[in-house]
Amino acid sequence: MSAISELSTISRRKGKATAEEKKANGRDNKAAYIFLLPWLVGLVAITIGPMLMSLYLSFTDYNLLQPPEWVGLDNFTRMFSDARLHNSLGVTFTYVLVGVPLQLAVALLIALVLDKGLRGLPFYRSVFYLPSLLGGSVAVAILWKQIFGTTGLVNQVLAMFGIQGPGWISDPSTALGSIILLHVWTFGAPMIIFLAGLRQIPVMYYEAAKVDGASTLQQFWKITLPMLSPILFFNLVLQIIGSFQSFTQAFIVSGGNGGPSDSTMFFTLYLYQKGFGQFDMGYASAMAWFLLVIIGVFTAINFIASKYWVFYDD
Amino acid sequence: MTTKLQTLPAPDRKTSGAGKPKNHRKPRESRGTLAFSRSQRTKALGKHAILILAGALMIYPLLWMVVSSLRANELIFREPGLWLNSLEMSNYTDGWSALTHPFGHYMINSAIVVIGSILGNLISCSMAAYAFARLQFTGKKLFFGIMLLTIMLPFHVVIVPQYILFSQIGWVNTFWPLIVPKLLATEAFFVFLMVQFIRGIPKDLDEAARIDGAGHPRIFLRVILPLMVPALATTTIFTFIWTWNDFFGALIYLTDPDMFTVPVALRAFVDSQSATSWGSLFAMSIVSLLPVFLVFLFGQRFLIKGIATTGIK
Repeated sequence: MSAISELSTISRRKGKATAEEKKANGRDNKAAYIFLLPWLVGLVAITIGPMLMSLYLSFTDYNLLQPPEWVGLDNFTRMFSDARLHNSLGVTFTYVLVGVPLQLAVALLIALVLDKGLRGLPFYRSVFYLPSLLGGSVAVAILWKQIFGTTGLVNQVLAMFGIQGPGWISDPSTALGSIILLHVWTFGAPMIIFLAGLRQIPVMYYEAAKVDGASTLQQFWKITLPMLSPILFFNLVLQIIGSFQSFTQAFIVSGGNGGPSDSTMFFTLYLYQKGFGQFDMGYASAMAWFLLVIIGVFTAINFIASKYWVFYDD
Repeated sequence: MTTKLQTLPAPDRKTSGAGKPKNHRKPRESRGTLAFSRSQRTKALGKHAILILAGALMIYPLLWMVVSSLRANELIFREPGLWLNSLEMSNYTDGWSALTHPFGHYMINSAIVVIGSILGNLISCSMAAYAFARLQFTGKKLFFGIMLLTIMLPFHVVIVPQYILFSQIGWVNTFWPLIVPKLLATEAFFVFLMVQFIRGIPKDLDEAARIDGAGHPRIFLRVILPLMVPALATTTIFTFIWTWNDFFGALIYLTDPDMFTVPVALRAFVDSQSATSWGSLFAMSIVSLLPVFLVFLFGQRFLIKGIATTGIK
């Protein structure tokens, strides 16, 4: 299905060439490389080249004006003692570790309710999907800024019940929460993947379970969840990778400064400030590589853990 | 797993009502006693109640923004309902001309970047996908693996050197940094989507064309490309939405108000205005969401199919 399962297939089948691949005269190297040319140029000039360059820059002091100056591990030792960076890591981890599971849980819940041949399914699906298309935009971030403001929509509604709500985004203890809520609001995309996955589960499993007298809840735990686990895993990996890079919402809601008192200072926001606010390109590069390592570690943990909970049918 | 999910039924094809049995899923309860069907009906009713409630909660903020954009400014902070006593179009006229340029200027800028990105993705990604799906060549597995990995690569790792590169060739405050990467198939997502699609096209068609003496360019242009129109449509729609919404790239490369795309123009609007002009801010936000909404309305089929089969966000 996904890039992820393709990757694991490649690593599993390493060294085992198919008959077609062994047939050397069946190769069309020239044609292939011509077709691949734009991609290859992009890979070298836009991806791998800049990656290596940023690795180099992470060991330098560079402000765009003077040539880069080699400073060894300075940027990395600086990161160790940079309290704002540690805070931004905390903010990002909270966002990822709360927002992603919450979003996926809602997506799965709604998908389960939607799945059982309900009338009006296409309509509901559209309604739930729309926010995930709009959620990444500046416009919705602006809306959020108003909704969770001191006199915003949420507090207006609360006032109708006589409750005086806090200034959600101006209060450091709730600001991140409102951005997490925005992430949860965009559950439509994973919901659609879940819906597609639910259709793949053979109905005979449920019929057999029913004959054996299994309850709805038992059916969910023993059939639905295991059968859906590859898709849950896929959603989890992608959402975690994506959420670590989240930027726009925090930027707009906080007015670009990650406030109040750094409570929405995402790692990416801090990276942007360092690189493109202060033009501390060396430090920003070191941060970018650190982010890559963090995402890599999280993905690796995910893959290792998946051996214990993801169930493959084939 | 790969093959299994390629044959996913398109989710949107199902419009059958609740009573009609699905082709591959028999109704679970078939003992049609009266009591049973009544409890079933209550259950369905309960589900509808949950869904309508949840859906209303989801959509309410958007509806409220639309309504508020048609209200006098001070009401935005007092009126949580959706009633409109009068239509206040001044938010739209004020917002349209609130920045250095009329808002249409930024929309044209966005449109240029979007069209360039769409063309870039369509051409470069389909070419790469043809090679990966149909041709045998040295290093294919390695390259394919790298391509899949780049899908997951965080943008931030390359942004600093990319910025340095583009600023040295004088491309800051031009649209090139936003378009050229697309011409070079860096949105590997779409390469993968198209590879998946081409794999589903019968190889006999290529063979027949080859026997007729067609080379690879001809097979690609005359056989594969016409057959992969659905994948191209999905790519077009997703590229449109992602590029239209793209804030980070535009924020970094476009600092001259002449060159602003819609998201950075909106951001400038937020910064320049105090809390007094939320009405016009909302109005321009609605204007900026309108194209995406229209694409959603008319391209939903491709969007949902695209997500369901490749798991794109």
